[in-house]
Amino acid sequence: MDSLKNKVAIVGAADTEVGIVPHLSATQLYVKAAKLALDDAGLTKNDIDGLITCVSFAEPIMYHAEMIAEYMQIFPRYCMTAPSGGGTTLAIMHHAASAIATGMCHTVLITMADSQVSGLSRDKAIEAMAGAGHPQFERPYGPPIPAFYALLARAHEHAYGTTAAQRAAVAVACRKHASMNPAAQMRKPITVDDVLNSRMIADPLHLLDCSLVSDGGAAIIMTSAERARDFKTKPVYMLGTGEGHSHEHIGQARSLTTSAAKEAGERAFAMAGLAPKDIDVAELYDCFTPVVIIELEDLGFCPKGEGGRFVENGRIELGGELPVNTHGGLLSHCHPGHPGSMFSVTEAVRQLRGECGPRQVPDAKVALVHAQGGIMSTHCTSIFSSEQI
Amino acid sequence: MAPQIAKTLPIPTLETRPYWDGCKRHELRIQRCAACSHFQFYPRLYCTECFSDRVEWITASGRATVLSFTIVRRPVTQAFKDDLPYVVALVTLEEGPSMMTNIVGCPPEQVAIGMPLKVTFEDWSDEISIAKFRPA
Repeated sequence: MDSLKNKVAIVGAADTEVGIVPHLSATQLYVKAAKLALDDAGLTKNDIDGLITCVSFAEPIMYHAEMIAEYMQIFPRYCMTAPSGGGTTLAIMHHAASAIATGMCHTVLITMADSQVSGLSRDKAIEAMAGAGHPQFERPYGPPIPAFYALLARAHEHAYGTTAAQRAAVAVACRKHASMNPAAQMRKPITVDDVLNSRMIADPLHLLDCSLVSDGGAAIIMTSAERARDFKTKPVYMLGTGEGHSHEHIGQARSLTTSAAKEAGERAFAMAGLAPKDIDVAELYDCFTPVVIIELEDLGFCPKGEGGRFVENGRIELGGELPVNTHGGLLSHCHPGHPGSMFSVTEAVRQLRGECGPRQVPDAKVALVHAQGGIMSTHCTSIFSSEQI
Repeated sequence: MAPQIAKTLPIPTLETRPYWDGCKRHELRIQRCAACSHFQFYPRLYCTECFSDRVEWITASGRATVLSFTIVRRPVTQAFKDDLPYVVALVTLEEGPSMMTNIVGCPPEQVAIGMPLKVTFEDWSDEISIAKFRPA
């Protein structure tokens, strides 16, 4: 099959309010995000013939996308629920692009949300997360989610001399960007020392190395590049996308320091015909700070082992060489669970449209979004542009 | 050994039963492929290297080294609260495969990547014993 390059575009993108949103249920967050994205695109709900959602922790329903379609009273010809989050959430755009390119449907609404604070008590959310790991060969050892990532951080430290202060620089950059984003959940600037002095959760990860627990929803509307020209919004084209999948359980990982982000990135860059130097802004999955460092290496922004040094001295902050997570990321903007990477996509769209005000990357033409799910298990990279390059 | 009734006991399956039967006898059992001599953990129907069905159970040496580790300061559930701080580690068995475990028998701060280990078992019930590792 021909490459998906330049075949599809995002014509609508929106977030709901995020953070702690007690007045909206999970289902309402999905539908509100959908409504806002439709308004952004200038479409009505009846223009949608493809619908994709992710599952919800707060309101788990087996046929989730079908339920959202029913709630909205739309009757799509293509309807699918993404079964998990992280890389899967972003990879679903790969599927949507294929569905549009092959004529399975014309206009896809992807809406993702959850209510991890208000719809689910904090302890229940953590208990839900305790379901992570192999039931016989991992859970008996009591690893909370941060412990899985601490294993990666420690291995990277050991192999390459990466430091706690370098990981903290990731959290500081995200918070700096969140401080410039009125929508972000955590907006008070922090320093490297604040991160290092925050409570130890799972050595070597501190509280501020860990992402947030949030409510919120985000939605996008995708259609063919041809149709996209008729919309009121400036189309954001998909230039490349690629996936990489290496394991489910961390004990089965091929490597603790190199991830399948390498394959995902290589595939996306190959489709786009671009290289890391062509990227103006990157929205990288940041559930924990060491993940960003590994992704920067595996995606080719720096050599393997140099990620720690790469994030120092403001290089990933606005005004730096490669601004990362300009909305604040999962570390400071919001992290409602499965929808996480969808907020990276909506931010990439806003950056490429030039709508970001004080946090706008000047002349941003090409944005990269990367997401990973599981424990560095499943990866997707997508490259977008305001132009068909 | 004090009973740890609050922790959820793993439930052996048809495929994993020989592993858990081994743990009950305080033996660490993994699979070896009779066709290509590849060792694997966790147990599977076929060899992950050559996909032969000639996988056999053997008793591992119980020797391993630390691949990576973390000291958990906030428990995954309240059932693990009394264990704090505890070490969750990935270890590389002498035979090659890696597995998750806890490292016990030394202060958490003494654990280091590459540290040699020996398997030890914690009896959680009459049926279930959990393989952990201590410094060799």
